[in-house]
Amino acid sequence: MSRFVVRLTEDVSRRALTLLVVFFAAMVIAPFALNDYLLTVLILIFYSAYLGLAWNILMGFAGYLSLGHALYVGLGGYTAAALYVHFGIGPWIGLLVAIPVTMISGAIIGFLAFRFGVAGVYFAILTIAFAEFARIGFDHFNWVGGSGGFFLPVKQYAHNDLWLLRGSPAMFYYVILAATVVAFLACRLMLHSRIGYFWQAIREDEGAARAIGVDTFRYKMYAVVISAGMSAFAGVFYAFYYNNLFPEQVFHILRSIELILGPMIGGIGTLFGPVLGAFVLTSLAEVLHAVLAVFGIDVPGVNRVLYGVCLLLVVIWVPHGIWPWLARRLGLTEPRP
Amino acid sequence: MPAEIYLNVAVSGILTGLVYGLMALGLSVIFGVVRVVNFAHGEMMTIAMYIALVVFTAFGLDPLIMLVPITAVLFALGYVMQAGMINPFVTRPEHTQFLLLLGVAIVIVNGLLIIFGPDAQSVRTTYAFDSFQFGRLIVDATKLYAAATAVVTAAALFAFFRFTDVGTAIRACADNHAGALTVGLNVNRLYALTFGLGSACVGAAGTLLVLIIDITPQVGPVYTLLAFIIVITGGMGSMPGALLGGLLIGVTEAMAGLIFTPSAKSMFAFAILVLVLLFRPQGILGRKTS
Amino acid sequence: MSALLSISGVSKRFRGLVAVDNVSFDVPQGVIYAVIGPNGAGKTTLFNMIAGEFVPDGGTISFDGARIDGHPPDEVCRRGIGRTFQLVRPFPALSVAENVMIGALLHRSDVAEARARAYDVLKRLDLFDKREQPASALTLPDRKRLEVARALATEPKLLLLDEVMAGLRPTETDRIVSVLRELNRETGLTILLIEHVMRAVMALAQRVLVLHHGAAIAEGAPEEVVRERAVIDSYLGAEALA
Repeated sequence: MSRFVVRLTEDVSRRALTLLVVFFAAMVIAPFALNDYLLTVLILIFYSAYLGLAWNILMGFAGYLSLGHALYVGLGGYTAAALYVHFGIGPWIGLLVAIPVTMISGAIIGFLAFRFGVAGVYFAILTIAFAEFARIGFDHFNWVGGSGGFFLPVKQYAHNDLWLLRGSPAMFYYVILAATVVAFLACRLMLHSRIGYFWQAIREDEGAARAIGVDTFRYKMYAVVISAGMSAFAGVFYAFYYNNLFPEQVFHILRSIELILGPMIGGIGTLFGPVLGAFVLTSLAEVLHAVLAVFGIDVPGVNRVLYGVCLLLVVIWVPHGIWPWLARRLGLTEPRP
Repeated sequence: MPAEIYLNVAVSGILTGLVYGLMALGLSVIFGVVRVVNFAHGEMMTIAMYIALVVFTAFGLDPLIMLVPITAVLFALGYVMQAGMINPFVTRPEHTQFLLLLGVAIVIVNGLLIIFGPDAQSVRTTYAFDSFQFGRLIVDATKLYAAATAVVTAAALFAFFRFTDVGTAIRACADNHAGALTVGLNVNRLYALTFGLGSACVGAAGTLLVLIIDITPQVGPVYTLLAFIIVITGGMGSMPGALLGGLLIGVTEAMAGLIFTPSAKSMFAFAILVLVLLFRPQGILGRKTS
Repeated sequence: MSALLSISGVSKRFRGLVAVDNVSFDVPQGVIYAVIGPNGAGKTTLFNMIAGEFVPDGGTISFDGARIDGHPPDEVCRRGIGRTFQLVRPFPALSVAENVMIGALLHRSDVAEARARAYDVLKRLDLFDKREQPASALTLPDRKRLEVARALATEPKLLLLDEVMAGLRPTETDRIVSVLRELNRETGLTILLIEHVMRAVMALAQRVLVLHHGAAIAEGAPEEVVRERAVIDSYLGAEALA
């Protein structure tokens, strides 16, 4: 156990560790200090952070751009929802089924892509194609509602049922917070072990990595499969939090794009980047929403324009993301992307 | 179903496909020369489409008449975008270019959404419901005009690259960047010009497409993807390949919509994409890059 | 004594151009073997076939008793052949130590052990002081040594060096030469190198192969090979002997 802790915290500065603990403590007591609205915003933030961490494995660590990650989220959500609605199986068991489902689909995409040397932009487009398949396919998949949508029965929030994931926003908050923490720690562990180093080698120069013995096919498969499996949880959470699933929403390319914005803004390849990015992006969106509401403007597309502008600004001015810059300012050490 | 219907749908697909081909030609030119992945391609086309719509609604001017001015506007837009924003990204990793243009695409789509709203609008010219009959073949007038214009425009572009000095210079740039620099070609200006030309293609294609389809801001991303599918299928960097790919996708789309359900149209296009990526990544007419 | 590496009748064509033409030679265990010849002679293509980047069109390549022609690069490395690239390919965003660690992780799954091994190799190649610097910040001579260090960290039995001395000053060349000689003496590491810098070839090589237009035109001890007519005419020039 102590060796585990040592491994987790080696070469992290005192200061960084302290800040992290303080931040975590603040997040734990947040539900007691915030109103319901802000709590739902925080839920959204950690949902984005979690997904960002999952996506970051494939892009930030291994260097492969996936623009179809909504596929895994959707598959995870639909799997657990179907098991619940049709068989009464709770979400945590559902998760045990959802994860293999997403891992297998990730493995299929990875196998097809990597066996045939599909990389870069072509890989990104391939991932888009598969997500689109799912979107159109599920539109016709009537066992889970088809295009009309799939609905989970909603009970009152009188008490929290963790097993069935029915309950108050606070319960959902702690679930997603815990998941994000676990994901964060898992990513940290992976990054600092053999698999993480091999991934980075692949990202930096795949040909050179092969020349020094890295089995690039295998490790790329690990990246895709782990990233996909992690995304399954997000899908299950989404399904039980919002209680409805529409293929047009869940598998839409916009979802895939939204989930990459956090890590992009925060810093691809870093550990805290996706979390920071989620905070920045979601907060900006909410602030914008509030400001517009004051002026009585309620036009669809305004916050998306903001996303687009954010993306542009980040890509042009801060391509490595805000976190590396912020970390330097705060005097922290952080594994370099 | 009687054979005529298949034939008519196929021909309709071919005609629409020629316009798609023109659009994809722009992408092929941009990628082939500037090596930039223009993920805002379809979105730029929607700009052209909305300009055509506004001009038609306000002044009653037929898109076919507006072809040249709108093409010029898009040329300028593309030129400025490349020179002003995209140029530093030419040497950066592909995924950063992709994300830059994705940002542009998001801004365009949602900007149009804010200005024009999400509802579908269309251009109804006087000949919108006319058709020509060739034996048992019935062809929509709009599609025929659009396709014919697309072919002429594409031919003009081919001629430009083949027979003008500037066109030759651009092709030199594409073949050998460093070599082009050493013989003194102003590569940056040529890149901007090329992006402008690619955007002009998209401007022309958009103006023609308004005759055929309804416009919403959301069609932008759909056509961006379609353009990529066409170019990858036909062969990245191959101009004839773009047209061929356009034809293929146009026909496939049309036939898939007829035989299966309309929503399956894009599934078939994606299926073709996956197959091409796996088995012939250089596309039908593309050259294998080592 | 059977050869560690055995090249037999190997050829490679690129669309009509014959890059390597029926080349055969053996590299015995523990020997430092050099391949020289004018540019375009097929040396790097030969290397790339040994390392698994290209598949030979004809002939066989055997290493440590087993056929390796046509096997992928990562597998060739796992079997014990380390290589450097003519145009160095460091992992730019990673530190010097991390670059070498990735090589070490091939045979050691524990990160701490890999780091220790990497440090050893870095000390041998005089890069230990720069271990925390990002590889992108290194000068060319340092990058070349990093390239060698990374390959060495994979604990190879055979090290392929592709023009490692190119662009280095004589003092740096001498440094690398002495490191390689030391490695060969102390660990019995077999080294196959492509080199243009004759100073290094004469100082290091125990056997030399000369390629010209893809074919072997001379093979033997360095002092003999450099005196052969064909070698002088095609590559060295008479002044080289003066």
